[in-house]
Amino acid sequence: MTKGLFTPQPGRRAVLGGLGAGLIAGGLPRGAWAQSAPIKLGFQLHRTGIGAGYGRWYERTAQAALKVVNDMGGINGRPVEIVFEDDGTDPKRGAEVVEKLASQAGCDAIFGPLFSHVVIGSAPRAGELKVPYLVCSEGYHVASGMLNRWTLQPGITDVRAQVTSMAPWVMANLGKKVTMVFPDYAFGYDHRDFFTEAVKAQGGEVIAQIAIPPTETSFTRYLPQIPAETEVLYHVMVGPAVLTFVKELGEFYGTGARPQIFGFIDSLEAVDIASPGLEFLEGTHFWEAHNRVKQADAGADEVFYRAAVGVDDNGASISDAADVSTYSHMFSCWETLFTIKAGMEASGYAGPADRQKFVEAIEAMTAMPASQANPQGAKMFNGKTHQVFGHQFISKVEGGKLMRVHQTTMEDGMYPDAVDYSTMTF
Amino acid sequence: MAFGPFLLLALMEGLVAASVLALTASGLSLVFGVMRVVNVAHGAFFMLGAVAAWFVTQWVPGPAAVGFVAALVLAPVVVAGIAAIADRLVLKRLGYDPEATIVATIGLLYILEQAALGLYGPDARPVAAPFDWRIQLPWFGYSGYKLFVVAAAAAVLGALWLVMTRSRAGLVMRATQVDRQTAQAFGIDVDRVYAGVFALGAGLAAVAAVLVVPIQQAHYLMGGDPLLMSFIVVIIGGLGSLRGTLAAALIIGLSDGVISMFFTPTLAKILATLAVAMVLVFRPQGLFGARP
Repeated sequence: MTKGLFTPQPGRRAVLGGLGAGLIAGGLPRGAWAQSAPIKLGFQLHRTGIGAGYGRWYERTAQAALKVVNDMGGINGRPVEIVFEDDGTDPKRGAEVVEKLASQAGCDAIFGPLFSHVVIGSAPRAGELKVPYLVCSEGYHVASGMLNRWTLQPGITDVRAQVTSMAPWVMANLGKKVTMVFPDYAFGYDHRDFFTEAVKAQGGEVIAQIAIPPTETSFTRYLPQIPAETEVLYHVMVGPAVLTFVKELGEFYGTGARPQIFGFIDSLEAVDIASPGLEFLEGTHFWEAHNRVKQADAGADEVFYRAAVGVDDNGASISDAADVSTYSHMFSCWETLFTIKAGMEASGYAGPADRQKFVEAIEAMTAMPASQANPQGAKMFNGKTHQVFGHQFISKVEGGKLMRVHQTTMEDGMYPDAVDYSTMTF
Repeated sequence: MAFGPFLLLALMEGLVAASVLALTASGLSLVFGVMRVVNVAHGAFFMLGAVAAWFVTQWVPGPAAVGFVAALVLAPVVVAGIAAIADRLVLKRLGYDPEATIVATIGLLYILEQAALGLYGPDARPVAAPFDWRIQLPWFGYSGYKLFVVAAAAAVLGALWLVMTRSRAGLVMRATQVDRQTAQAFGIDVDRVYAGVFALGAGLAAVAAVLVVPIQQAHYLMGGDPLLMSFIVVIIGGLGSLRGTLAAALIIGLSDGVISMFFTPTLAKILATLAVAMVLVFRPQGLFGARP
């Protein structure tokens, strides 16, 4: 941690200034890295706590992306280093982790947190410390204007866009009377508010909203609140007990009549869909941001990404088929790291003094074409709301596998800007 | 759902919760009754039972039922062993001083939780139920395994009752509870009794956890809720009274099930905590506890 203080850095700025990044990457041997200090990125990781299932894969994905970035020559010709720090999926600890990464570890930027309550708890500290904070969180809290100019979400779409773009398909194909089951905190409220609104716009109705604390371990007692006239059961759960939730849902309906079921894959992230007790999911639908099962039309970028992270065709670790990934979320770490690279290169980032230029460079981004850097697909970044937009997928469980049946357009998820961060002061 | 089936489901869920709670809380009650130790690490022993069950089922080959039975036997023994060691290394050296042991067991709680985090990891892992049997009622389906949990918990509690009232070991424990010094004067090795009771208490929590883990999954933070609920039950039932613990577990478990269903689980927790406050104010010895 103190290494940066004592490592002599002669000529780094001179070399960069004089030769330019392209020349270094092309002209100097790999050994030149020994002279240039690395770019240090902090990763706020949910290694423990209720987000641990995600954290495990966020770390692997970030490591895989880091290797690719360094193999490509790093950022501005400098090697890249990631400092991982566990926040226990705890908002209070999250703010401390931001502080530690920025002040003690001396990171140039911080990225990686997922859980919305942690992001909301940590982002103000990043704003105070004036350190770029790139979240991989899905929450609407970035685009809503709740956070600050230093907080950006370029790697994953937000809940509002996700549910708005899928509501028409759900209404047209599954039913109009919806009961929602969601976690009882910020992320769940985004689902509740925007899906209810989108359903109404489509002429449907949300007839019941059932909020469940994310730390809950037993769910059967919530299920009788699902009205009998429900046509579509919409479920999204998070936390260590998601498998229990889905199992108890199956026990509750048993072989009797049940509504159509539309779930967010969050309810089954890091869980094998072929687990005993989940047979009832056959024929039900899921939202996916990134298809866990490799689809027939998978392109070269997808194949490259899957191999680099170490995920097999079913979405599990190549070294352990029981270790199922959080495929619909973890691509955000990969894509965010490449966005950091693009932003630092566009702004000629040389050190913490250039942090503001770096944020402005990201704000200037617009279209992000599908590429190795964006394996989930093409995206459109909105510099005013600091939020990215992209495609969503709806998959159906067929033969125990999630097969894509629908893909939304990018425009399906767009909504009027609620904030213009780019006019705010740094 | 109509009122009748709704109530039936509420009662079934409540009964499952009550039976697991009764097992867990009886361990806490026993430790307090005999040793006068408020064991804050009780929830951690519960968690250890679940984690140990996961390890045992991973190592035992063959059908799920074999692994589960092995876990039901081995996990409580392992946890009881850890508790006995903790008693010898920590509690005994503090002379079982009430205040010091509270602080010591808080420390123990953190040590056990972090050890589980280090050795077992931060993930929630499922343990397969010994059998996969579902009851299909006309209104809803229900897990047959949950009913087995109720029966198994009742059997273990029955056995505990027999041990405490009919066996020599039970007599020795009761004698130590009534008067430690007199028991010692009669040649009872009080140190061994204490180690045994602490182990038995932790073992009961572990049995409850093994029964619950096919329903809930093992997770290093799972001990918090059972600890809180056990304290609620033990305070309402009367500290150290096994009968009171059982009665309170039934009351709290069933009311929790019914209130959770008809209103919200949050309200159920609020009311249970309120009941504790009321009992402490108006009947500090608990429903069945003897006035000191």
